[in-house]
Amino acid sequence: MGDPLFANGLNLAVWIILLVKVVVVFAFVMVSVLFMVMYERKAVAWLGVRYGPNRAGPNGWLQSLADGTKLLFKEAFTPRTADKAVYKIAPYLMLFPALVAFSIVPIGGTITVAHHTTRLQLVDPPWGILFLLMTSGIAVYGVMLAGWSSGSKYPLLGAVRASAQMVSYEAVLGLTTATVIVVTGSLHTSAIVINQHGGFLYHWNIIRTALIPFALFAIAITAEMTRPPFDLVEAEEELSGGYNMEYSSIDFAWFYLAEYAALVTNSAIIVTLWLGGPDGPGIAGHSIGPFWFLLKLLIILYIYVWIRATLPRMRYDQLMDLGWKRLIPGALAMLMIVAGFQVSRTWGFVAFGGSVLLIALLMRAIDVGHGATEVESARDEFASGRSRASGEVNG
Amino acid sequence: MSFIDFFKGFVVTGKLPFKPKVTIQYPEEKRPKPERFHGRHVLNRYEDGMEKCIGCELCAGVCPARCIYVRGADNPPDSPVSPGERYGYVYEINFLRCIHCDMCVEACPTEAITESKLFEFSFSNRGDAIYTKSELLVDDDGKPQELPWEHWVIGDDRNTSAWVRATSPAGAASLEGQPLWSGELGYGVRPAQKGQSDPEAADFPADNDFSLRELARNALKGVGVKVGRPSKGQETG
Repeated sequence: MGDPLFANGLNLAVWIILLVKVVVVFAFVMVSVLFMVMYERKAVAWLGVRYGPNRAGPNGWLQSLADGTKLLFKEAFTPRTADKAVYKIAPYLMLFPALVAFSIVPIGGTITVAHHTTRLQLVDPPWGILFLLMTSGIAVYGVMLAGWSSGSKYPLLGAVRASAQMVSYEAVLGLTTATVIVVTGSLHTSAIVINQHGGFLYHWNIIRTALIPFALFAIAITAEMTRPPFDLVEAEEELSGGYNMEYSSIDFAWFYLAEYAALVTNSAIIVTLWLGGPDGPGIAGHSIGPFWFLLKLLIILYIYVWIRATLPRMRYDQLMDLGWKRLIPGALAMLMIVAGFQVSRTWGFVAFGGSVLLIALLMRAIDVGHGATEVESARDEFASGRSRASGEVNG
Repeated sequence: MSFIDFFKGFVVTGKLPFKPKVTIQYPEEKRPKPERFHGRHVLNRYEDGMEKCIGCELCAGVCPARCIYVRGADNPPDSPVSPGERYGYVYEINFLRCIHCDMCVEACPTEAITESKLFEFSFSNRGDAIYTKSELLVDDDGKPQELPWEHWVIGDDRNTSAWVRATSPAGAASLEGQPLWSGELGYGVRPAQKGQSDPEAADFPADNDFSLRELARNALKGVGVKVGRPSKGQETG
């Protein structure tokens, strides 16, 4: 595949086009962060029957810019117990992966500028979607080192939680992404998108992989971003902010920026992998691909805010239970089933039957394991006692 | 089934953006203030223009925030400031300390100090925060003075002594509705408010609280959330 831009070798025009693309993508991510902060505050206000910030700029949309400017001028404080060098580096370790991950996202078809045809995508490497897994893996370092180097206990606890959470949900992310790769047969993000063209909705990976891997991927990537309801990494009530508690001024702004850049990027990845990327109903062909892409992005982002406004935060053990006992087996089973159907129908049903059997066995094993521990059995006794009591009332 | 309940929550929150908002756009849009709102103090005068303050320092003594400073002086015989022996020679309130508890109003034997409903006053230095007698005293019309940093809205100066007249003195029901207070410059003897014997006044919140509840109720209507006072039947259930 590759980008047709490089077909005739490198020359000055190609370099200029590349530079422009880099700047545009960078600007897009930066502006989308400013937008997203406001979009979230607005939408979460709508979901709370409020207006949200509506004073700074036109209808309040410049509020995040004002907040960022304010953060810039605040004192950059470093705790005495902090590991100074790591403490200063950590925000950039988190910011960098969040910014570069967007470069593999295709936002449209191709465009021809000065006899040079190029994709509306910064880079289209052969390892394409693996780049996402790489960046989200590296982002853990930022969180972990920030928490550790702060030299205070709550950030450390937050960092421990974050690293455990991100590492365990990485597996689900990998397995569900593998499902997409199995269906499309390519790691190129552009190929994944083109593969989904050809019929509105019907050809999208969300339908072609039977919805479940999409749900698992969405849950996993939400946990990966430590978005609500998986935001116990920065639980204000328990950890008073988590890993970024000691940070102030521009360092804190980088964390904030990285968080929202990751949100936008990962939503873009969801659109790319599962929702057909720039594919839309054939109203104006593929020329308005970026429009459909942005529309889907906005809807996904709204759903994230909606989730935040609806679901309460999970407990740590619930999070780990969900990750290891539900999502990973589910993702593995769906990978086998989808792969089986890719080979032949028979193999598909074999994989399906086998998966159902194995998951039933696994659930039974988990139940038995629950009963084995003393605390759990005490809880079960309490629960059964309570149900007996309610049974008497009803009977 | 819990799987469906999971999505029911999203339906509840998903309806909310389409409801009328409960937010009041404050500087442009203002809720009416409660009848007995505690705001910036005023020093009242009698109908003949005499000051009510007698410089007894009871307000300063009762003030929990220690924000009132009063010094009394003997009235000059030829031009008395207040009817009686003494008058408030110095009267200062530091509004950086005042907590608007209204205890000075309760303590005042002559209803000299009362609170208006003004809360929109923001000074930019500590000196401005200390209101002296010349700023607290009502002007010759009986209206409170409007300082440059104050924003009086209509009704703020009405019922400045509302607390005094809100209930009957000492809680004696037989005295309810009788004006047992002195007149004020520009207003005369203000009429009595309904007291605790009025079932309407006792049972219902103020109009503006009511309107806020109405807003909230409209907002939450149809999403399965019950708002408002439960009726007798619901309480037992």
